[in-house]
Amino acid sequence: MSTCHPARTTTAEPPTAQHTLLVALAGQPNVGKSTLFNLLTGLNQHVGNWPGKTVERREGFFTFDGTTYRLVDLPGTYSLTANSAEEVIAREFIIRERPDVVIALVDAAMLERSLYLAAELIALPAPLVVALNMMDVAEQEGVRIEPEVLEAAMGVPVVPMVATRGEGVQALLETVHRLACGEVPYVPKPPQIRADHREVLEEIEGLIAGYVPAPYPQEWVALKLLEGDREVTRMMQASLPPDRWEEVHRVLRAHDDALVAVASGRYEWIGRMVRAAVTRPKAGQISLTERLDRWATHPFWGLVVLAGILGLVFWLTYTIGTPVQDLLDTYVVGVLADAVRAALSGGPSWLADLLADGVIGGAGAMLTFLPILVIFFAVMGILEDVGYLARAAFVMDGFMHLMGLHGKSFLPLFLGFGCNVPAVLGTRVIESRRARLLTLLLAPLVPCTARMAVIAFLAPAFFGSAATLVSWGLVLLALAVLALSGAVLNRFLFHGQRAAFIMELPLYHLPNWRTIGLAVWQRSLAFVRKAGTLILAVSVVVWALSTFPGGRVEESFLAQVGRWLEPAGRWMGLDWRLMVALLTSFIAKENSIATLGVLFGAGESAGLAETLVATFSPATALAFLVTQILFIPCVATVGAIRQETGSWRWTLFDIGFLLVVSLAGGVVVYHLASLLW
Amino acid sequence: MRREPKGTHLDGPATGGSGVIPLNVLQPGEHGIVVQLAGGRGLLGRMTALGFTPGAEVTVLQNFGRGPLIVRVRDARVALGRGEAGRIFVRRNAG
Repeated sequence: MSTCHPARTTTAEPPTAQHTLLVALAGQPNVGKSTLFNLLTGLNQHVGNWPGKTVERREGFFTFDGTTYRLVDLPGTYSLTANSAEEVIAREFIIRERPDVVIALVDAAMLERSLYLAAELIALPAPLVVALNMMDVAEQEGVRIEPEVLEAAMGVPVVPMVATRGEGVQALLETVHRLACGEVPYVPKPPQIRADHREVLEEIEGLIAGYVPAPYPQEWVALKLLEGDREVTRMMQASLPPDRWEEVHRVLRAHDDALVAVASGRYEWIGRMVRAAVTRPKAGQISLTERLDRWATHPFWGLVVLAGILGLVFWLTYTIGTPVQDLLDTYVVGVLADAVRAALSGGPSWLADLLADGVIGGAGAMLTFLPILVIFFAVMGILEDVGYLARAAFVMDGFMHLMGLHGKSFLPLFLGFGCNVPAVLGTRVIESRRARLLTLLLAPLVPCTARMAVIAFLAPAFFGSAATLVSWGLVLLALAVLALSGAVLNRFLFHGQRAAFIMELPLYHLPNWRTIGLAVWQRSLAFVRKAGTLILAVSVVVWALSTFPGGRVEESFLAQVGRWLEPAGRWMGLDWRLMVALLTSFIAKENSIATLGVLFGAGESAGLAETLVATFSPATALAFLVTQILFIPCVATVGAIRQETGSWRWTLFDIGFLLVVSLAGGVVVYHLASLLW
Repeated sequence: MRREPKGTHLDGPATGGSGVIPLNVLQPGEHGIVVQLAGGRGLLGRMTALGFTPGAEVTVLQNFGRGPLIVRVRDARVALGRGEAGRIFVRRNAG
């Protein structure tokens, strides 16, 4: 009995691969889906994006009892109505790919709410298993559930489990296997629409009968039309004859409250299940979560807690990340570059330069990014996993609101102070597509440590005792520009819309290190793989531009471009050398100092600072600092933006936008400062 | 990105109905039974998926009179903005 033919004899097409069963894992957010997925697939998993979408797609393989299973992790969603890309992806996958079994992961401690998704899944044409997770939490809260009763009431197999301890996994797999083989009777009892809407549902079904495109089930389509589902409405408008559509449309308009009736029908159904299966309801004790939230979500103490956590994050970054970064730079990148030079000493010098400065330099920049990236991914992963992320979003929501953003945008943006790359990648925690896009377009305006290093070098030289004041002023200016840009972009790109603020605050729980570790590993790898190619390519190109034709920066193509740009630079009081310094900061922000060192023949010593002070006015210096703090992000950040938006259009838009903003900032500040000095 | 139709109300806020109040006026510790929801389809879809449907019991856990609220609905803790909470109409429940 180790292998079997899948039960779906009704579908015409044969199973995709012999003895490989397709299983989809569905569940609402925070029910432990990642934990179960990682438990089943281990390292035998692959992370990518859903075709044409920027939503993460995870799939993996496992074998059980001689059969190979392909497990696809569907995006975590509360329902299956087309409010977001995630919901569309989840249901399209089930309807179009017809998995052999769908596992609906449900939180036993929050049975009513988390069964809502199962109430939608049970109406779809794929066999369902309900995995009742977090039985331990439910027990702690005094809730007792009888899985057999739930199973009988729903007509689908129900398996109790505790995914964090691996309990019930064996039973789940056995049930999946038997269901896929048709060894258990499967007679689902899906919810009905609320009684007062039964008639209109039938009317719609009658109107669309015969016009529903395969493989969509007719009743499901009728239900989704009543719910006002965007995608299904569009689909039926296209497939129905115009007069028939008019009729459907008229019925729908007369029942525009049907959405609530459909949802109520599902909760009534859930209510019946829960009343039958829960033998002891929740005791009224005050939970740990409630106690912690008295502080974490308090309007004042919540901010104190957040500030404390963020302080800890930065302390960690500087005490671990920066030294490791320096070590990598010296002992890996430096040593490797020297080795290449030594090995090629007999060959043409441009080849050694290309490999040592261009290729290893570019790859090295990426390598030295990794420690900080890993720390930030880990921090985000821990905060998300223990449940704190939602609280941080909660206390910051009012403030972020002013910029047209969502509370969840705060943390990624804040991480930008360390490095813009994790800030951009960190926007994944934002569910609203619009808020996410806006956040990643704005992230480069957060002054990262590399930009601050440039300020730290130039400000004391030019402004002496006022350097601290100038530095703070620059940071505040950048943040003010960020806030203003947020408000403006939100208004013009998104018509001032803001996603409604309504989100779940999950229970706090201990971090699952396996889940966090895997996420850190996969995200770092994805960054190196996807953004890495771009970073390397651009590094080599900019290196070539700054080396050829003469081998010296001051005669290079880049210098020629700088000279060509000088008339524009003059508006900001910048000469061609400062323009070139800005251009090379595209590789890495701290490069601008090194470039100035080369151009002034002074290296990065104190001598350079003195030379610069003797050459440029304070107004020029200030304009340069303003422009560089607002300037287009480094290539790594651009790579990350490209990776996360999945669109060159938005990436180029952002570069153009920041270019305009930074140059305008430079011009304004130069002229204002010239009045002062 | 389509704009949410602003007019998809399920009856306006009950003016004459006895004791029907927006959720955001409930004090911490008070309970209410959801009577009706107002809002565009997008918002209604998210509210219902998170457990707010007519008949559902809601307990206010945090409400400082300004800023977002935290409520418990169907055993879940849900944070929602003041404006969003103002679109959920409840009948105060002594229980």
